[in-house]
Amino acid sequence: MPEGVVNGAYLVAATLFILGLRGLATVRGARRGNVLSSLGMLVAIVVTLLDHKIIGFELVAVGLGVGAALGAVLALRVHMTAMPQLVAAFNGFGGGASALVAGSAIASGTVMTAATELQTAAAGAISGLVGALTFAGSAVAWGKLQEVLRWQPGNSSVQHGINAVLAAGTLALFALVIVDVSLQWPFWALVAAAAILGLRLTLPIGGADMPVVIALLNSASGLAAAATGFVLSNNVLIIGGALVGASGFILTTLMSRAMNRSVLSVLFGTLGPSEGGPGDEIYEGRIKRTSPEETALLLRDARSVMIVPGYGMAVAQAQHAVRDLTAELERRGVDVKYAIHPVAGRMPGHMNVLLAEADVPYEQLFDLEQLVGTFAQTDVALVIGANDVVNPLAREDPTSPIYGMPILDVDKARTVVVIKRSLSPGFAGIPNTLFAAPNTAMLFGDGEDVMRDLIGELKATG
Amino acid sequence: MEVFILALTVFLLAAFIGFEVITKVPPTLHTPLMSGANAISGISIVGAIIAAGAQQTTLAAALGVAALILATVNVVGGFLVTHRMLSMFRSRKR
Repeated sequence: MPEGVVNGAYLVAATLFILGLRGLATVRGARRGNVLSSLGMLVAIVVTLLDHKIIGFELVAVGLGVGAALGAVLALRVHMTAMPQLVAAFNGFGGGASALVAGSAIASGTVMTAATELQTAAAGAISGLVGALTFAGSAVAWGKLQEVLRWQPGNSSVQHGINAVLAAGTLALFALVIVDVSLQWPFWALVAAAAILGLRLTLPIGGADMPVVIALLNSASGLAAAATGFVLSNNVLIIGGALVGASGFILTTLMSRAMNRSVLSVLFGTLGPSEGGPGDEIYEGRIKRTSPEETALLLRDARSVMIVPGYGMAVAQAQHAVRDLTAELERRGVDVKYAIHPVAGRMPGHMNVLLAEADVPYEQLFDLEQLVGTFAQTDVALVIGANDVVNPLAREDPTSPIYGMPILDVDKARTVVVIKRSLSPGFAGIPNTLFAAPNTAMLFGDGEDVMRDLIGELKATG
Repeated sequence: MEVFILALTVFLLAAFIGFEVITKVPPTLHTPLMSGANAISGISIVGAIIAAGAQQTTLAAALGVAALILATVNVVGGFLVTHRMLSMFRSRKR
């Protein structure tokens, strides 16, 4: 096949990627967008297979067959709660693939010789560095999210020192690759050093910061692909990689802003759960308990109800019960909305997927921006398994570690009912003044049980 | 050098398009966005196919097959799981 046709087909593929991502601007167009992107990928694969560069098809068939089977099984069997782990794993695979492709180009010697231009060698080195870092970092992220990896070493200055030395060594190897790429061994040493650095950087990061880490690794996997595109002078790799790099970068920024953490403080920070104490002085004598009976009466008489879910709800698998409660309330003419904080789940948009799986229509899901001012017009806010993201201290107390974090202004609702097992603190490790507010009542119990009780009580009131 | 500048131009323009397009994605769709974009980053599958099929050296081919398996998992798994998620989003009016 002539070079022009191949490159033309790659251009078509790149265009389909852009159109596909554009489709995600609306929920209605999203499925079509995903189909367009996958068509783009199919075009790119088919034209590559027809290219004259392919001599033997056996190995290609094996690779495609094994990969497709494995990918399909993983995608079809994953539970929606485990989506962050799966995306973390896929990020790692993408990064690893890019590093290996660059390695193969260097090993074959035909693409990369001592005479190879500086920029191409540099691109190969970047691909190996970023790809290996992404692979190792993603493996750690997967392990932490899957909860098979509980080890979290401290982030002391000694560790920082070791990392600095390791980073310097990595840079030296990087320079060596560029100086003479035909040597080959510096490339593999670079890959190994980058992998160790990836492990050491992600191991000290706690589970709460994982949304930022996954988004960052997502961006890195795109950059690795783009760098590989520079090595092979292949535009579809460069464009596809740049798109993913941009997407991951935007999500990283959004997530770290929503968590009130800078990317640097996530990677190198020492902020663990702070010594906020159990909050006795805040809670003492101010906590009001309520019962399912009372709450059901409150809900029955409300005109508007806002449900504020947190990851605790998903852990308790209460989303289906929450949906049933919503249906019962709507049957009675109550207006029900869901308020979704960006970090309500374990990755950007995770809570929305969990609720969609439970058949909650997407029109009922509202994000931070859409909710500005709405809580003041809400009769009852039901907080289920959310904690730090509804803590008024983020607005009021400049000394609080979460000060400045965008929160849902749940305390502005006329009445607040917090459904929770106990007064235990959230990820930030600090007491929540919402629980002690005069318009708040605590309904202690398991999320799903409480939902079932509420539905029963509502039905009993006729 | 000229090839490199051309490639850099393509990269920068694509990154800008990416920023423009992706800032318009609503937060509701951020998880499918991530898994879908992830599948696109599997585009290194193109390089992997060439590496596995061009039969230059044994080592190059072996690395190519390993890359191909990883990239294919990424592509097939990424698009499928995105499709699965998007199929769950339902409108009230139905």
